[in-house]
Amino acid sequence: MSETTSTPQVGAAGMVSDRDPTDAPVMIHLDGVEKVYTPGAAPAVEKLTLDVHKGEILVLVGPSGCGKSTTLRLINRMIEPTAGRIIFDDEDVTDIDANELRRRIGYVIQRIGLFPHQTIAENIGTVPRLLGWDAERTRKRSDELLDLVGLEPGIYRDRYPKELSGGQAQRVGVARALAADPPVMLMDEPFGAVDPITRDRLQNEFLRLQAEVQKTIVFVTHDIDEAVKMGDRIAILRERSVVAQLDTPARILSYPVDDFVDDFIGSGSTLKGLHFERVSGLQIPEYPVVRRDTPREEAGRILDMSDFRWLLMLDERGRPARWLNETHLADTSRPLHEVGPVVRAMVERNATLHDALEAMITSSAGQAVIVHRDGTYVGVVQIELLTEVIGRMRREARKHYEELEATQAAEQRAAGA
Amino acid sequence: MDGVRSLIGFIADNTSGILERTIEHATIVLGVMLVATVFSVVLGIAVQNRGLAKQVSLGTAGVLLTIPSLALFAIFIPLVGIGNRPAQIALFLYAILPILRNTVAGLDAVDPAIVEAAQGMGMGQFQQLVRVRIPLAWPVIIAGVRVSTQLITGVAAIAVLVGGGGLGAYIQRGLTSLGNPFSIERVWTGTLFIILLALVLDAVLGAIGRRTTSPGIR
Repeated sequence: MSETTSTPQVGAAGMVSDRDPTDAPVMIHLDGVEKVYTPGAAPAVEKLTLDVHKGEILVLVGPSGCGKSTTLRLINRMIEPTAGRIIFDDEDVTDIDANELRRRIGYVIQRIGLFPHQTIAENIGTVPRLLGWDAERTRKRSDELLDLVGLEPGIYRDRYPKELSGGQAQRVGVARALAADPPVMLMDEPFGAVDPITRDRLQNEFLRLQAEVQKTIVFVTHDIDEAVKMGDRIAILRERSVVAQLDTPARILSYPVDDFVDDFIGSGSTLKGLHFERVSGLQIPEYPVVRRDTPREEAGRILDMSDFRWLLMLDERGRPARWLNETHLADTSRPLHEVGPVVRAMVERNATLHDALEAMITSSAGQAVIVHRDGTYVGVVQIELLTEVIGRMRREARKHYEELEATQAAEQRAAGA
Repeated sequence: MDGVRSLIGFIADNTSGILERTIEHATIVLGVMLVATVFSVVLGIAVQNRGLAKQVSLGTAGVLLTIPSLALFAIFIPLVGIGNRPAQIALFLYAILPILRNTVAGLDAVDPAIVEAAQGMGMGQFQQLVRVRIPLAWPVIIAGVRVSTQLITGVAAIAVLVGGGGLGAYIQRGLTSLGNPFSIERVWTGTLFIILLALVLDAVLGAIGRRTTSPGIR
């Protein structure tokens, strides 16, 4: 893994996570869970064994009809399994009272399903009331959650669902699911019913929320981009919910294990993979830099001796000002600090490689300058550096899978012996 | 104009009698409506999800409504004698269909996503019914009760023909003594006060409906 700063950065491009989600204890263990609707016919979900770790967002993603929603609903037994066990926080919940189980799990669905005949506050207070909380505690909690999802309690608590927009309604849906502070949330295409702009906002806000509340979440979507953005780990599912690949988004994008996964991710997987590395992790080579007062001849010599086509001129405060190439240096009619394209493509050290690439494309020099927060120069990043990183990510991912296969083969031999 | 003046005169001269008959009529109607509402709503809840039972109940209630009123009233005389009893039983059978139909329709119309959310939160079947499905179906159910009440108020005029009470007495006496003084006025009086009673009951039920319906679904 590259060296990255320790605080995860949330950006519109996605969450860069630095810890391994599988280090945390297992919160939900599905053990050979199966759903057969018609005996004799193929199962809707085929003997699925899956672990969801505490505090992670596990995304179930796959083509329509693969059974991902069914799998989700097996966890809270909205659909009862026909085989297998469900272990929830070390407790076998396959046979307990289903209603009692569901009060411990938050459930957010695409169509939201707010109760139109109740106020927002009453909607949020549903599970607390089911659990017997008193009115005062329920009211306080309701206000707390409205705040958490960005809705002013004073304005919204006594409104009715019909007065809300789609985005607001889904926020209430999330608040309602969090009301009794369940350790686990199940979300079935929760942001599917709103427009793309609102969806993007809701996703970002939800990621911020998750950084605070750190629930264990199983999230279903058919959209691979949403999966990559939201998931700490992604399970790409085939028909009958057979797991094609289950891993962090970075590894899946670097190394799709087969054609199915590759096709499902679609084109642009390499680009998407760039969200997961940061500029600060790059080994930046020396770059030819001059200042305003550098004499023209010396500037020319510096450029000649380097491998690069463009010289970077810094201003008096050490901030990137202009790019200069041979032609600019040869133009003696004007001083150096007035020729050459102005540097606009700049990224900070904690930006992702995706941000860096985007900046590079807009630059006249085809390069992006790395700067500190105050704008002062750090280094320059070229496309070749990105290519190197991508290559390294692929090699690391392949090595990971080869090691995994070797371990599994060894285990099988040991079991057979 | 003469007719109207003599009608007003008749009403003025017979206020206590008219009031008594009106109260009698209202009592029959309200008594029947109370039992019919409870019965039909409970039946509606019970059969809403059961295809065959639903068809059978709705079908039967519909057929009952097609039986000519006087015949239906008279059928029960051998069982319960004459007076208000046979009338009430027949009225009860008539009252079922609008309420039953609306109860079933109202429950059917509840958005499945809402019920799924309720179940997903850990509400049991009974709680879902009482806290979510009935409150949401309520406006439609009330509408059914109102229709039924109007229907019953009108048909209850026939109660007198099987020995019962109510405003039908004026109509009957008027019709059987046509040509005699005040016969027309009697018919009009009975009709008018049945209509007024129906309007009042509907207004009251409407107000009750509004009060008991959440502002979120009005």
